[in-house]
Amino acid sequence: MSRNTSRREFLLTAGGAAAGIGLASVIAVESARATPATMQEAIRKVVGPARVNPGRVKLELPPLVENGNTVPLTVKVESPMTAADHVKALHLFNEKNPQPDVASFRFGPRAGRASVSTRIRLADTQTVIAVCELSDGSFWSASVNVVVTLAACLEDA
Amino acid sequence: MCVVVLAASASAGEIPRAERRSGSDFMSRETRAMQDDDTANPGMLWVLEGESLWNKKTGDAGRACAECHGDARASMKGVAARHPAFDATRGRPVTLEQRVNVCRTERQKAPPLAYESRELLALTAYLARQSRGLPIDVATDQRTQPFLDAGRATFYRRQGQLNLACSQCHDDNWGRQLAGNVVPQAHPTGYPLYRLEWQSLGSLQRRLRNCLIGIRAEPYEYGAAELVDLELFLMWRARGMTFEAPAVRP
Amino acid sequence: MASALINVPPRAKRGEIIEIKTLISHPMETGYRRTQLGALVPRDIIRLFVCTYNGTEVFRAELHPAIAANPFIVFSTVATESGTLAFQWTGDRGFSETESVAITVD
Repeated sequence: MSRNTSRREFLLTAGGAAAGIGLASVIAVESARATPATMQEAIRKVVGPARVNPGRVKLELPPLVENGNTVPLTVKVESPMTAADHVKALHLFNEKNPQPDVASFRFGPRAGRASVSTRIRLADTQTVIAVCELSDGSFWSASVNVVVTLAACLEDA
Repeated sequence: MCVVVLAASASAGEIPRAERRSGSDFMSRETRAMQDDDTANPGMLWVLEGESLWNKKTGDAGRACAECHGDARASMKGVAARHPAFDATRGRPVTLEQRVNVCRTERQKAPPLAYESRELLALTAYLARQSRGLPIDVATDQRTQPFLDAGRATFYRRQGQLNLACSQCHDDNWGRQLAGNVVPQAHPTGYPLYRLEWQSLGSLQRRLRNCLIGIRAEPYEYGAAELVDLELFLMWRARGMTFEAPAVRP
Repeated sequence: MASALINVPPRAKRGEIIEIKTLISHPMETGYRRTQLGALVPRDIIRLFVCTYNGTEVFRAELHPAIAANPFIVFSTVATESGTLAFQWTGDRGFSETESVAITVD
């Protein structure tokens, strides 16, 4: 327990750049559950060593959801969407589902608008992060904290 | 497990007509938007399948529903909003699901569809869609009265290990929170509906069994007289309210 | 189940940005649920959704178990010419579903 915790604390203070430290094997031993650290690792896998700047992405989620099975989400980026200046991809991550990845959407200049709506699952109250990749190679992000309540009466006896 | 904090006051009785509100009024804006948009409502997947089943020849008689009933948009308008309805042959009210199976077995010479099966949900969703926008209007007369009374007795009877009656939540404490959810008034205005908790479309009887399990009572079997009578009572209790199937609920 | 519900404006002006809504029936079984007897229910999800416009890919979505059952995806594309919008969903256990919709662009 203390070995795992101290590794996680090290990674967080080191700015989450730790894809190769063998964290994967530590997480595999525990029950499947993402953590803020594995979410950072998943983001690193997509972004590489580049810096992720907060901003430019608009992530819309209800602050309180009635049921975590189906949470409506819209993510968009203001962009001219021309060949010279467009959004290449939008990636979604979460911090407390069993896995940190949610989805990746890929665009080009033919999209017209960098905007996607979908419905996701959230296992618990947690933070959802959207990362966008622009054609100039820069990365931008937005995060929203969502409160998830459980159904009062479950069906399974 | 249900955790309940009850009001100290005595039973409030039937909700006055002016205060009757559909479950959709207690939902978030986003869930409401999901229901109101036919291009985004997952229930419509079942409605479309129901439409193709309506037109498909089936059973030893090799007949489609459409052969006798024609275009459902005309012939089935209002039917779901009037069920459960009295069936003279059986001498008691039957639900829409039971009515579909009567036609299947007697007219199409096909085996009945299982409760909560994909096909039965699709057909009832398609039929219910044809009543959307109409007022709920189950007929009550001396034939249906004893069944209505039996349903009413079930609604007001304490049941289960939690010893709760439906009325204690849905007449006396609607609008208040039960864990993270708002307690609705329990009007079946949108069945069959897409419940986010189920991640699927389901019938009113599935929801009633869900509630019974929630108060730790032994749930009645699908199609049991107790459930049909309770369905009749709930539809009567919701009389005049607008039918909104296929609805979406948390 | 009617497999998919697609909403595309049947007609658009050249250069107009159109919104496309897609809804497909699929349980998106996460692989993390257990049966009442404790057995793990294996993962069964749609992993990829691709939209092509007269053969050219204009949008792609890579999905994980955190996408809700009966995946609903809304995206945009520029109406460039008349023709066919094709949608393909692929996933676990050889799942593959395609739908096509015609569009007229003036």
